[in-house]
Amino acid sequence: MSALEAKGVVKTYPDGTAALAGVSLEVPPGETLALVGESGSGKTTLLRLFNRMVDPSEGEVRVDGRPVSELDPIALRRGIGYVPQDGGLIPHWRVERNVDLVPRLLGWDVDRRKARVREMLELVGLSPEVHAPRYPAELSGGQRQRVALARALAADPPVVLLDEPFGALDALTRLELHRQFLELRKTLGKTLVLVTHDLAEAFRLADRIAVMRSGRILQIGAPEELAERPADPYVRALLDA
Amino acid sequence: MRKALFLILLAAPALAADRVVVGSKNFEESRLLGEIFAQLLESRTDLEVERRLGLAGTQVCFEALKTGAIDVYPEYTGTGLVSILNEPAQGGPAQTLNRVRSEFLNRWDLWWLAPLGFENSFEVAVPRELAERERLKTISDLARISKRLRGGFGHEFVGREDGLLGLRRVYGLDFASIQPLQHALKYQAAGARDVDAIDVYTTDALLITHNLIVLEDDRGFFPPYEAAALVRGGAPPEVGATLSLLAGSIDEETMRSFNLRLQEGKEEEAVVARDALRSMGLIKGQERETRATSAPTLTHYLWDERRALLRRTLEHLSISALALLAGIVVAVPLGLWLERHRGGAEATIRLLGMTQTIPSLALLAFFIPFLGVGTVPAVVALWIYSLFPIVRNTYSGVRDADPRAVEAATALGMTPGQILREIRLPLAAPVLMAGIRTAAVLTVGTATLAAFIGAGGLGEPIVTGLQLANAPMILSGAIPAAILALLVDGLLGWVERALRPAGLGSR
Repeated sequence: MSALEAKGVVKTYPDGTAALAGVSLEVPPGETLALVGESGSGKTTLLRLFNRMVDPSEGEVRVDGRPVSELDPIALRRGIGYVPQDGGLIPHWRVERNVDLVPRLLGWDVDRRKARVREMLELVGLSPEVHAPRYPAELSGGQRQRVALARALAADPPVVLLDEPFGALDALTRLELHRQFLELRKTLGKTLVLVTHDLAEAFRLADRIAVMRSGRILQIGAPEELAERPADPYVRALLDA
Repeated sequence: MRKALFLILLAAPALAADRVVVGSKNFEESRLLGEIFAQLLESRTDLEVERRLGLAGTQVCFEALKTGAIDVYPEYTGTGLVSILNEPAQGGPAQTLNRVRSEFLNRWDLWWLAPLGFENSFEVAVPRELAERERLKTISDLARISKRLRGGFGHEFVGREDGLLGLRRVYGLDFASIQPLQHALKYQAAGARDVDAIDVYTTDALLITHNLIVLEDDRGFFPPYEAAALVRGGAPPEVGATLSLLAGSIDEETMRSFNLRLQEGKEEEAVVARDALRSMGLIKGQERETRATSAPTLTHYLWDERRALLRRTLEHLSISALALLAGIVVAVPLGLWLERHRGGAEATIRLLGMTQTIPSLALLAFFIPFLGVGTVPAVVALWIYSLFPIVRNTYSGVRDADPRAVEAATALGMTPGQILREIRLPLAAPVLMAGIRTAAVLTVGTATLAAFIGAGGLGEPIVTGLQLANAPMILSGAIPAAILALLVDGLLGWVERALRPAGLGSR
């Protein structure tokens, strides 16, 4: 069974713009899928279907084999990790409180949560002593993304959705975080969906890549497959760029 | 809401049985008569006497009496006939008195006591020099040339049927320009030839001092204006019985001499009133106290008035605080609701913004017919002013609270309620507090105007001081009011900074 699945999904916004014009997709458990495309191609909308931040106009979305329309969105979201572009950290909460967000919502007991926060900060390469009591404004951009990653992983969700998680970082920090991401991917074995506009990043981080344009998936496949047999002039152009 | 306010506020004023509230209009003679009523009631009855002197004009006094906010005030029969009953002037003093007596009794259960003994009619006066040059003896003479003259009239006179409106109709009296003036300032203006014609009262003492000539009312336009106490039927019975002692005891000459002491001598109305009652043999007492008639310096004045100052400051603060609290209780939830229902938000906020453009006095006066005078309408008016800044800042503060943090929190499974309590409200707190601070300063500032409708506070000496042209008195209200506004601003500024969530830096 697929971890994530979209079948014939159309999304039209009230103002008439079509964000998704018929998309079908399956992500097997443990896979890292990259959604690549320009802004407006529908990649973020597609990503947000899986935690019901967006509901489809037509078609069906399944998580772990169950249609999301039948699930309570709040409970669903607590079971799926999420990392937005700029971290989306809550500015008046210390790092430890930010990382603790989902375990707290799930009502874990205090000792377990404390231990979990330490563990997560170490996992993403931050020091619990130094960084836990800081506020987001006191961190660098890279550190903030690490905290966001730790927060997404804290309740150990099987699926993590990442929306341009490295988009706002300088090149060096981005490389450093790529390294970290690959390591986590290997050790944690989660299902990861990564939205990016950077094809090189997708090549480096993903098992499979879906190239999107105008609300459709033009081609989906392993990086080598795309490189060797681009199915569409747009994919070819993107590869050559 | 309004009902609750009523219940809180009515605990204090007029209605308790062993109290009597004495009102007056906002010129010297009316204030003095009010003070005479008050002192006589104090010395001859066990009633607790409260003074609400200097209310802004006939309408305010009359509404206050009808609604029971005051129990008695000095009124003139002609004013009752023309201004209140809207009937044309006809007949002599006795006929006029009978007419107002029966009508006031039947319609409103208000009682005209026996007249005090003098008439104080409206009259039109011009500088002697102008009268001689243009040979003016009557108002008809004046109407001939009035189109090139400047008129200076009391605010109330300009709008009254037995004032300028009627004069225009009956005499064709039209001026090149009309300047509405405080009563106390009109004489100076005419004396200095800043205006050419003013309305005066028969008993004014300043006619002579400023070299003015009274023109004859040759068409019998002005009705007889006998002064009398107008008492509410629901007032304690001693009030009518006691004030009846004053019947026929003040003639025009006497009243003019009292007014002279007030207007020229700048004596306090309390002193003049006491002397008047002694000379009538109505209260016992020692020799007349002579008081320094030169205006006291501001410092001395403030020191002498320190108790009153404290009371007024507390009144001022409680009016403002009540209005502000009610404002917060309504405006914060409204702002939050609008943020959830953004469709009508901008329109609603714009509509509320329009309340800020209503002149404060107009808004205060607007509530008199429904809420009477005193604290209740003042608090309601100030409450309305306080809504806009708080609603606006609550709405925009919560709406603009870090949208990315809010979106991430949503995506990780926080409920809208949790997000509001734990993220949006803390982040919006400084903005919200800034709105409350604006509203507070606005309220404290505008509360000075509440004195015009008898709500007391620091506006009281300002309003009275304006009526008596007494600068130290004006400043004794204005300076503390300004200091109070600054203190409130500073204090709430501190709260605002204290509420800024940690982690946001010191923007």
